[in-house]
Amino acid sequence: MTQPKPPIAMLAELTHRCPLSCPYCSNPVEMARQDSELATQDWIRVFREAADLGVLQLHLSGGEPASRRDLEELVAAARDAGLYTNLITSGIGLSERRLRALDAAGLDHVQLSLQGTTPEMADEIGGYTGGFKRKMQVADWIGQIGFPLTLNAVLHRRNLHQLPRAIEMAVEMGARRIEVATVQFHGWALKNRDALMPTREQAAEATRIVTEARQALKGTLVIDYVPADYHSDYPKRCMGGWGSTGLNVTPEGLVLPCHAAQTITHLTFQSVRDASLSGIWHDGPAFNAYRGTDWMPEPCASCERKTVDFGGCRCQAMALVGDASATDPVCVKSPHHVDLQARAEAHAAAEAPLVYRTAPGRRVEEPAQ
Amino acid sequence: MDPHAIPVLPRGVRLHHDRVRGTWVLLAPERAVTLDQTAHAILSEVDGTRSLSQITATLAARYNAPEAEIAKDAAGFLGALCDRRFLDLAQEDAPPPAR
Repeated sequence: MTQPKPPIAMLAELTHRCPLSCPYCSNPVEMARQDSELATQDWIRVFREAADLGVLQLHLSGGEPASRRDLEELVAAARDAGLYTNLITSGIGLSERRLRALDAAGLDHVQLSLQGTTPEMADEIGGYTGGFKRKMQVADWIGQIGFPLTLNAVLHRRNLHQLPRAIEMAVEMGARRIEVATVQFHGWALKNRDALMPTREQAAEATRIVTEARQALKGTLVIDYVPADYHSDYPKRCMGGWGSTGLNVTPEGLVLPCHAAQTITHLTFQSVRDASLSGIWHDGPAFNAYRGTDWMPEPCASCERKTVDFGGCRCQAMALVGDASATDPVCVKSPHHVDLQARAEAHAAAEAPLVYRTAPGRRVEEPAQ
Repeated sequence: MDPHAIPVLPRGVRLHHDRVRGTWVLLAPERAVTLDQTAHAILSEVDGTRSLSQITATLAARYNAPEAEIAKDAAGFLGALCDRRFLDLAQEDAPPPAR
């Protein structure tokens, strides 16, 4: 195998702690506890190693990254290392004072999640009373400070009808971009497929709305769209190809090719506590397991799309057909495709209550003003 | 694109020298755009005060190239950045937008 190109992006999961308990949380079912999280100085060293390795974009995520009291210090250190800093947040845990401190630290961009467009919907999905009101206040401060903003709306059967309003809200907030992401089923979210799976009709309607809005809002709002992939005929180009463009560091310092990779239990993951980021990226067994195309079985190996989608999502192949090297069953060429479509229809027709996730440790207190 | 418009890199979009790959990139929210020499030359002239026509004239003089050709290249490249919200346009007598 030739030497891999350097990664462009790193997702730093600073903590698994989060005041919300969204049923579609993609974090692992077993979450890292606060006392196992990397310390400030560890993260700062990892940011420098990432910049030296070629990472340009740093996504600070979680859990809720604002649950880390050292977030401002981490942002300043990341900027100092030369990284572009993106904060992926629900807004809960951010006060105006903290946002201004993040501004002073050099934070480049904020991605704000949206659980719904009304307090009733958002608070029900997030499992946090008052969360929507708080988020709107945070959005206002973000606008006043002038941070570039992306709104991130996760859509599923219960809130897909709110998509037009979500797009309007992005424009009203002055966001330059909205990510319209149909729910993906990884981690905790797998427990909620019966409650959240959109119908095929809803999925088609979302695509229509996005297509029209892109046209109408050209030059005003960029719309990134993740379609409902159980209802698709070709799989997503997961991570741009395994081990090709991005890497993920968990709260305890494990380095993963994607944030769900721990569900592939036969892989061995290394920690930034024991090895350099460069060593892990270039030589780590987990990164080399599905890098490139040599690992592919049929029908991927002879497929003309193999460098288009790289066989889709390894974690999804693992979760749905029990084999991480299988063709993503979303693909029409997979022998499991017909079965998956039937399962998707069944999930979409099912009635089920939301199964909220519970966070490790205590709830995050709102900061005093 | 209006030749009198003033291209402005909005907050959160910046030129960055990628020392690992030995190239210039435009860093924007959750995106990095690799710049070739022409793209880098055009963006290096974007200072938030000069109009597209002034930038075009500067580049034409510096590279001893036909101004119409440079104008076409610059408008195409900068227009695509506008569509992605990586670039704002201000008018000559208006202050640049806040974001």
